[in-house]
Amino acid sequence: MSGAGHGAPLLEIRGLCVDYGQGAAAVHAVTDADLVLHRGEVLGLAGESGSGKSTLAMAATRLLRPPGVITDGGVRLYPEDGTVVDLLEAGYPALRVLRWSEVSLVLQSAMNALNPVLTVRAQLTDALAAHLPHMSRRQRNARAVELLEMVGINGDRLTSHPHELSGGMRQRVMIAMALALQPQVVIMDEPTTALDVVTQREILEELKDLRDRLGFSILFITHDLSLLIEIADSIAVMYAGRLVERAPATALFRAPRHPYSLGLLSSFPPLHGPRAPMTGIPGSPPDLRALPSGCVFHPRCRFAVGRCAADAPPLEAAGGGRLAACWRLHGDGPVPPELAAPEPDLTSRPPASRSTP
Amino acid sequence: MTTPVLDAPEQAPPLLEARGLTKHFAVRGAAAAGGRRLRRRAAGPRPVVHAVDDVSLRLTPARVTAVVGESGSGKSTLARLLAGLVTPTAGELLLGGRPVRAGQRRRIGYAKTVQMVLQDPFASLNPVHDVHYHLSRPFRVHGLARAGADLDDKIAAVLERVALTPADAFWRKYPHELSGGQRQRVAIARALAVQPRVLLADEPVSMLDVSIRLGVLNLLGDLRDRERLAILYITHDIASARYLADTIVVMYAGQVVESGAAVQVTDSPAHPYTQLLLSAAPDPERTTPVTLRGRDAPPSAVAPPSGCRFRTRCPHAMAICAERVPPAFPAGAGHVSSCWLLGAGHEPPAAPGLKRAWPAVDGDRPDPPDLGEENR
Repeated sequence: MSGAGHGAPLLEIRGLCVDYGQGAAAVHAVTDADLVLHRGEVLGLAGESGSGKSTLAMAATRLLRPPGVITDGGVRLYPEDGTVVDLLEAGYPALRVLRWSEVSLVLQSAMNALNPVLTVRAQLTDALAAHLPHMSRRQRNARAVELLEMVGINGDRLTSHPHELSGGMRQRVMIAMALALQPQVVIMDEPTTALDVVTQREILEELKDLRDRLGFSILFITHDLSLLIEIADSIAVMYAGRLVERAPATALFRAPRHPYSLGLLSSFPPLHGPRAPMTGIPGSPPDLRALPSGCVFHPRCRFAVGRCAADAPPLEAAGGGRLAACWRLHGDGPVPPELAAPEPDLTSRPPASRSTP
Repeated sequence: MTTPVLDAPEQAPPLLEARGLTKHFAVRGAAAAGGRRLRRRAAGPRPVVHAVDDVSLRLTPARVTAVVGESGSGKSTLARLLAGLVTPTAGELLLGGRPVRAGQRRRIGYAKTVQMVLQDPFASLNPVHDVHYHLSRPFRVHGLARAGADLDDKIAAVLERVALTPADAFWRKYPHELSGGQRQRVAIARALAVQPRVLLADEPVSMLDVSIRLGVLNLLGDLRDRERLAILYITHDIASARYLADTIVVMYAGQVVESGAAVQVTDSPAHPYTQLLLSAAPDPERTTPVTLRGRDAPPSAVAPPSGCRFRTRCPHAMAICAERVPPAFPAGAGHVSSCWLLGAGHEPPAAPGLKRAWPAVDGDRPDPPDLGEENR
């Protein structure tokens, strides 16, 4: 996990706005999102349900279904051959070629994402047949076995149907499918949320190995910030459709700058150290149909000042290679000490007090 | 098959106690045939799912006991057994020291003392009824209040106990008008209405948004401290169990493998399964790469392994693990772990039911009949 030194931008999202519905009744699910996924990077996208994190990923890959509408912004993909593809302008034939071979997707519920009446073989070879028509059936089968074994499943499982596999194996099949054409970008939307912790950890470890071996980049979407800090290089935090902070993972954990990031971090009880009362975040996430004025987080924010209710803060540089959208950081007054923890040394993580089992 | 369970010194007598509680579910239909459809039915005993096997547990006033385990470990079945919603195959349930017996009238009396909160407040509240209706039901069913001002006062009081104030702003609301956290608070209020002394909470926060989970956990903590409720907190999230609970009980494949003070169990886990769970749990403080010791999946609940059920995954498995079910060995003050690693120097008992060489402690249990072997 290197905090810096990533390659060039691979997927660039600029000012993306997504609504559900149109006209006065439109719900603004994503507002003015800027996000860049670099080559070789694991970028975590954290947020609660309804924060727009899945919508953002679906819109950026043009997989958004009606009534979702992209109202503004741009998404660019930089494939390895040096071309630049504007994903929002691309027509369907171009998208068909890009999907799976450049950008693929792993969804949360593998039981719903896999077709229950088709074998694993049929589902694995489908994308191969569509994208690589020159492959013979035998070659496709061989590749399918190779893919299964790559994610730690015995090749004889090709003839299984999804219901014959455990939850962890189904999710592994999903990952194998996503990697079938060696895409550059793999978007994972809560890929391990429905799994038990041990299975989750096994899959994450495998994913790390695969990433090191195959060199793809991951946009990892989850609500579990404590997990993300472990596996992501950098993390973007979303709240009510807006990106509120983006920082290297360790920097976000040790020294969050946005009050929402701070609140989210203090919503996960630690596994070590003395037990202390924690508060989480008061109130509940806002209704997207009736968003608060100004900064959308201000009604739940303990640092809110007058200006927060009036104007929306921009996402601006907040030191240490990070961006944050909070008036208390780039306003006139002093920064609250809770939001001004010293930047951690990213080269060496301090050893945490931890009893080894 | 009752063993005397000694009191841990600092604990009050238990309000609700399970002794050797066991629940087996018959496997029916195609699953039972399991490819052996052609074989005659009489070929062997009917297969059963060993959902909960010989679990002893005690809930004491003003304490939160967390049950931690993966899905399929039997923790929800245990909650349903304790709530009296399913009848145990074997074992006893004692409420205030007296055995609980079946029967409809007793059932209502039992529900007055033992209440349950379910995982999904989106499903456990009826979308066509408002908060007032939901909260009036327990008062009416148990004959605690009549319609009118008395009922309204009681509903307001119970909403206040779960920090939904002002009450009259909430009671005409329908579930869809409430946030997830508010819904779960209504579900908790409904459970509190009859002034129970035991609250069984089955994954009460796992469906809630991350930022509001702690609020509900803190509410459970307050109820423990303020109202001296005995609370069972069932969860798959061992970090939240460490935060809220006084005692953690770890379940694996229907059995208790370790129990003890929450911080002690998480800081110095004695059972290899607990160690595995902790090493797999998300931990931002982790500085070393994860080593999972015990991959693979939990065993079949229909034909669990002989002896220790974790032995098929256990990195330390020994010969004895396959032969005998490990009893609960002491692993510290009030901390027990069912693992033969701790049994070094202890001779295994000559036969089940005989007096043991080691002290009986909370959570200790006799060797169960070899149900696993029967079904091989």
